[in-house]
Amino acid sequence: MSAVDRLVLLGRAGLDTITALGRSGLFLVNVMFGRASFGNGWALLVKQLHSVGVLSLAIIVVSGLFIGMVLALQGYNILVGYGSEQAVGQMVALTLLRELGPVVTALLFAGRAGSALTAEIGLMKATEQLSSMEMIGVDPLKYVIAPRLWAGFISMPLLAMVFCVVGIWGGAMVAVDWLGVYSGSYWTNMQNSVQFVDDVLNGLIKAVVFAFVVTWIAVFQGYDCEPTSEGISRATTRTVVYASLAVLGLDFILTALMF
Amino acid sequence: MRIRNLELTVGVFILAGVLALTVLALRVAGLTPGSTGSTYSVHAYFDNVAGLTSRAKVTMSGVTIGQVTAIEFDKNRYSARVDMAIDSDVDTLPADSTASILTAGLLGEKYVGISVGGEEDLLVDGSEIYDTQSALVLEELIGRFLLNTVSKED
Repeated sequence: MSAVDRLVLLGRAGLDTITALGRSGLFLVNVMFGRASFGNGWALLVKQLHSVGVLSLAIIVVSGLFIGMVLALQGYNILVGYGSEQAVGQMVALTLLRELGPVVTALLFAGRAGSALTAEIGLMKATEQLSSMEMIGVDPLKYVIAPRLWAGFISMPLLAMVFCVVGIWGGAMVAVDWLGVYSGSYWTNMQNSVQFVDDVLNGLIKAVVFAFVVTWIAVFQGYDCEPTSEGISRATTRTVVYASLAVLGLDFILTALMF
Repeated sequence: MRIRNLELTVGVFILAGVLALTVLALRVAGLTPGSTGSTYSVHAYFDNVAGLTSRAKVTMSGVTIGQVTAIEFDKNRYSARVDMAIDSDVDTLPADSTASILTAGLLGEKYVGISVGGEEDLLVDGSEIYDTQSALVLEELIGRFLLNTVSKED
């Protein structure tokens, strides 16, 4: 292969990447603004909220509980050396609200719900269900894509809030009930140092941004995948990888802007 | 019936999310609705507020009676102005009460402690606490201690 051929390949790969980015942007605009609503939307949205949100609840609650417990245990072991183990409450709460709550929820959400969305939509495309819908005059963006996108936007921030609460409760269980930190100082230190707007609302904003990015990537990868079984498997992998990288990168930028 | 069950679980899920946000606001961030309505504000000037933050407790005899609302530097007096909101129930503070900046525990957070004076005039909304004691700065304390031991040896 000559040097010119390599250059051509490189250029084509670059153009492909930019085209895919543009296609996903147009896709998002079409789904969100091109159509006023999604048909007999409410029932479709409820069904997706169930499969995307409610079914993810178990993994979120269990991992939130264990992450809160581990944070309290580690925090206690470090802080007890300085004789300030009362600060374990504020440490657990701030870590969960600012960073771990939104980020870990988004990563779990990408693995649990995002990959499922990609695989489902990809298979619909591979078995030509999407093009059949178009043939009979039904818009797949409106009936298939839009409800899934909105369900993701709505459920991930809610999941992140549940994650934080369960984590803080798990931390209290370890610190107060097991390690014997005085429960008054656990909660009071927490309430003195956690600010509603700075910590809780900023964490919620992070969760909303991550929800947007993860769901967008998942749905677009499904819609844009190569309609073969290999293509679906590649698209599912890409969803998890891209979504995780995007969440971690965005988290740094958002933290730098917020705190 | 199947759709109805689906709607029920989704409803419970959304309710759980909203409830979680409320818990975070009330229990974790300590946001208490309507507590700001029944306070009056006083201010005091301190030479050094090192470590005192907004929303810190204002206590009397160890009981919380209010909180710090704002801290800013007064460039004309070269000192820090601390604004405090005191609960209106506590309206019998003499005008010559002392405000001092104290520390909870060895490394704990800073708070303002008020000790009672003897004057008959009372603190009202907008009045100033003249008698103040600044925060204890460990370096200054050690410096003074060293200076004392040196001058004793002379």
